Amino acid sequence: MTMKPWVWAWAAAGLAFAATVLLTSGRGAGELAYAALSFGAFAAIVGLGQMLVITLGPGNVDLSIPACMTLAGTLSLKAMGTIEGTAFLGLAVALATGLAVGCANFVLIWLLRLPPIIATLAASLIYQSLAIWSNRGLRIKPPEGLADFSTGRFIGVPNLAWIALALAILVWLLLERTIWGRWLLASGQNARAARLAGIPVQVVRAATYLSVAVFAALAGYLLASFSGGAALNMGAEYLLMSIAVVVIGGSSIAGGNSNVPGIIGAALFMFLVVSMLNSYGAGAGIKSVLTGTIIIAIVIAASTRRSRQ
Amino acid sequence: MTDLERTAVVALRDAAKHFGPVKALNGVSLSVAPGECLGLVGHNGAGKSTLVNLVNGSFAPSSGEVTFPGGPEGVRSVFQELSLCPNLTVAENLSIAHSGLKGRGWRRPARAEILASLDTVFPDHGIDPDTEVDQLTIAERQMVEIAIGFAPRGGSAKLVILDEPTSSLDEGIARQLLSHVRAFCAAGGAVIFISHMLGEVFAVTSRIVVLKDGKVVADRPTKDFTRQGLVDAMGHVAAEGTQSTITRIAHGEVVIRAEGLEARRGEVVGLSGLAGHGQAAALARLYLAQTSDWRAGRGARAVFVAGDRPRDGVLPLWSILRNISISVLGRDGKGGFVNTAAERSLAEDWKQRIGIRTNDLTNPILSLSGGNQQKVLFARALASDAEIIVMDDPMRGVDVGTKQDVYAIIRAEAAKGRTFLWYSTETEEVCQCDRVFVFRDSQISAELTDDQITEDRILEASFEMMETS
Amino acid sequence: MLARYRILLPVISLAVLLCLTFWMQPRAMSYFGLNLLFNLAVPIALATIAQMIIIMVNDIDLSLGAFVSLVACVTATWLNDAPLIGVLVLLALILTYAAMGAVIHMLELPAIVVTLGMSFVWGGLALFLLPTPGGASPAWIRTLMTIKPPFIPMAVLAAIIIAALTHLLVIRSKLGTVLRGLGGNTRSIARAGWNVAALKATAYGLSGLFGVLAGMALVGLTTSADANIALRYTLLSIAGVILGGGEFTGGKVSPTGAVIGAMTLTLAASFLSFLRLSPDWQIGAQGAILILVLTARLLFSRKGAAA
Repeated sequence: MTMKPWVWAWAAAGLAFAATVLLTSGRGAGELAYAALSFGAFAAIVGLGQMLVITLGPGNVDLSIPACMTLAGTLSLKAMGTIEGTAFLGLAVALATGLAVGCANFVLIWLLRLPPIIATLAASLIYQSLAIWSNRGLRIKPPEGLADFSTGRFIGVPNLAWIALALAILVWLLLERTIWGRWLLASGQNARAARLAGIPVQVVRAATYLSVAVFAALAGYLLASFSGGAALNMGAEYLLMSIAVVVIGGSSIAGGNSNVPGIIGAALFMFLVVSMLNSYGAGAGIKSVLTGTIIIAIVIAASTRRSRQ
Repeated sequence: MTDLERTAVVALRDAAKHFGPVKALNGVSLSVAPGECLGLVGHNGAGKSTLVNLVNGSFAPSSGEVTFPGGPEGVRSVFQELSLCPNLTVAENLSIAHSGLKGRGWRRPARAEILASLDTVFPDHGIDPDTEVDQLTIAERQMVEIAIGFAPRGGSAKLVILDEPTSSLDEGIARQLLSHVRAFCAAGGAVIFISHMLGEVFAVTSRIVVLKDGKVVADRPTKDFTRQGLVDAMGHVAAEGTQSTITRIAHGEVVIRAEGLEARRGEVVGLSGLAGHGQAAALARLYLAQTSDWRAGRGARAVFVAGDRPRDGVLPLWSILRNISISVLGRDGKGGFVNTAAERSLAEDWKQRIGIRTNDLTNPILSLSGGNQQKVLFARALASDAEIIVMDDPMRGVDVGTKQDVYAIIRAEAAKGRTFLWYSTETEEVCQCDRVFVFRDSQISAELTDDQITEDRILEASFEMMETS
Repeated sequence: MLARYRILLPVISLAVLLCLTFWMQPRAMSYFGLNLLFNLAVPIALATIAQMIIIMVNDIDLSLGAFVSLVACVTATWLNDAPLIGVLVLLALILTYAAMGAVIHMLELPAIVVTLGMSFVWGGLALFLLPTPGGASPAWIRTLMTIKPPFIPMAVLAAIIIAALTHLLVIRSKLGTVLRGLGGNTRSIARAGWNVAALKATAYGLSGLFGVLAGMALVGLTTSADANIALRYTLLSIAGVILGGGEFTGGKVSPTGAVIGAMTLTLAASFLSFLRLSPDWQIGAQGAILILVLTARLLFSRKGAAA
């Protein structure tokens, strides 16, 4: 047996962490770990959703994740209106938003038979407008209890990281142990063969597009609570991030093969590499160039390793 | 070098090809002379494809040598799987294979050349060189591919390798091809002809080479072989002219009536007629109507056995085990979870019953040979509780031994009350059915039962219709 | 046959949108009106062609917007200040694109991921070059982009020329035919003796060339550049290719359609501003138009299948 693909993502994350901590000679390691786990959690949650969609096979990807995050964050904060004890109301609004977005995406893909890239792209423009319209430039703060929860810790680990971990375990169980997971993996390898083997392929697709939207909505709700309010561009960086996390994590971009542990390692890595470059005093341009180079290097490393097997 | 080798188009001397520990071809010496039509037979995994790839230069031999005394140009391959660019026109596809056509005004000669070649090989083909290939039927695509193989393309074809060239062609078109091959060889060209249809091999070849386990086990002029002798040499014992000897039994009530077809409980219903006349499409529609895009198949009435394995059947990333169990997860699972113990025992059971050659069911499905992959697809379908089994030409490219195994299983399952709908391009198989529907132009042109089911009647039904239209 | 109908839908959707615009704003029905409406169409059309060439060989380029932005920055700085260095840098960028294509093919990497990574690289380089908006357009590009030919506005004329040239390149020429074949069936191209890595590099190089042209044209119109100037081109170009009747796989593309698709997208933005829609909904309405046109495409393909 050779190494699992996710080892790469975890090793890279460990290296980036070590390199950063080395520079500060150990000081601030705790803060760095806290920040990495918190920010990594958002990337992990949207990454898990994106992974499910990408597993569906070539051409399947959800480009409406940022818009869905923004919309869910905006609507849930508006519903809560800074009133204490409405956290669950807000959560319900966010999840309902996610369900609605997922339904809309899937209807476009299924009824209008649009390629998912185009369907989610076009629909995301509409979600973005909805968010702008409902927000009207106001910045509503989350209820204090919710804000405290989203920045708080449990046994030293950020609450957000626990949530991401729970979701990751859930998705892992789903893929490895349930019939639905088998159906998803089969559909991703060869949708036509899966349909001819009696798998209800459309249900699998629908459930997947609903899941990714719900995951994005949850991430939007948590991010808005964590950062003290919803901003219109708050989801923007998660578009490329969600795809990058899936790929670095070792899931197959061609579908049918997914990798949950890799998603978490990759999410931590994506944050750590940026903070490493920050602590070395790199400018925005260099940070971006290096991030891109590292993504490509990891993909090349993973592919040459695969071909040697 | 002997005289024969000096005048040969291609000569292999002790050529071997190894893929890791697998010896696909294990020391083959062979030469093809101009004017010769060499038949290459052997069952799956015997090394035919590897030999072809050595001759056309796709692979270099691991040891030994492959020489072209007259130079390697003019050696053409027509492959088993369709290998045209579907988004390009017929003429454009020719130009892909003809590097001399370039610069301004390359289209006119391309059009003229492919048309001339099509006219020569398949008179009255009716194919427009400006049609995009994906608008053609499968048979027409195969015709175009063959015509490109024989086209001059800036030189002339010296050796054309035909790998299962008639698999998608109906009898009339296949006959045109065979007579062209004869004419081509008479004019000094050489052909390597690979086919599972032994009748064709006997009809067209001048010499037959039998491969077994990567070695040549027989190499004699065609007239020295008998059909039985050839089958024996390949290593499988098959009865001459396999005719069903099973006594026809009375079947139960009608279980399905769709697409103009009708099938009773315990019946094996054949779909026949010329290839590409709507049989596969009718079966697919019938199957899709019986199952749903939206509901799980807990008690699905029908299951499907694909013939086009890569497109319709195999889940390539998975193990043999998961490929077998995919259709019955819903039945055996509990609360949405996969019952792994039941899954494994089911797969082990079917591995024994259908004879899948592997020592470990967790091996990847792609580690199996084509025939064994096909057995996995049969196991997937038969392991379900479905009463109707839809088969879309499942014996395509399967060796004789596997076929005999599967025929027996089909008969046994039918005797238990299952119904089979079986589309086959091989008349021999259709003759084993209890009832046969002959298709023409996507419509049923004849329904034959019991004693009416003979090769003659089936062909007669298809061709008779053609004359009246 | 269907290939010939593929072009109909883009033409019809552009015509319908144009009629609606004229109906809303009759003054747009003039030389200057048309120039204004399609002003930004030229760089978008060039970028759409760049994306189309990548889609034609079954890949997708998520870095195009960042690349065009980088080219715009190079054009507004080096090409303006030291033309020789500028030209060399732009040539190097095209070669990098070609190399990217070769690497993607030889290491069997997923293009979507490599271009995703490259988008960070291009974006970083652009930031490095032009941290704040600025620079200036070389005078000759400015002149070229603002020429006023008789009868037909520059933007429309340029679109026609681009469509005609790329049609010759992609549909009529032998090279274009082989490249489309690569999208249709890579294995058969390889079997026919073509060097697939070289072909992929050629396709990516051509795409890079059109990306460079798009960036230069953009600077000619805006007269200055910034690192994020064309980020939305990635999605616009993909939408343009699909609106123009192209498909994501199988090498089925239409250069004329792609140019028309790009013009439709440009016109949609102008049309919405004529509608005096609340700014909140401008962006959403673009999405709605996109969905509408693609729905029409569905009806078309159903008809085509029935015929």
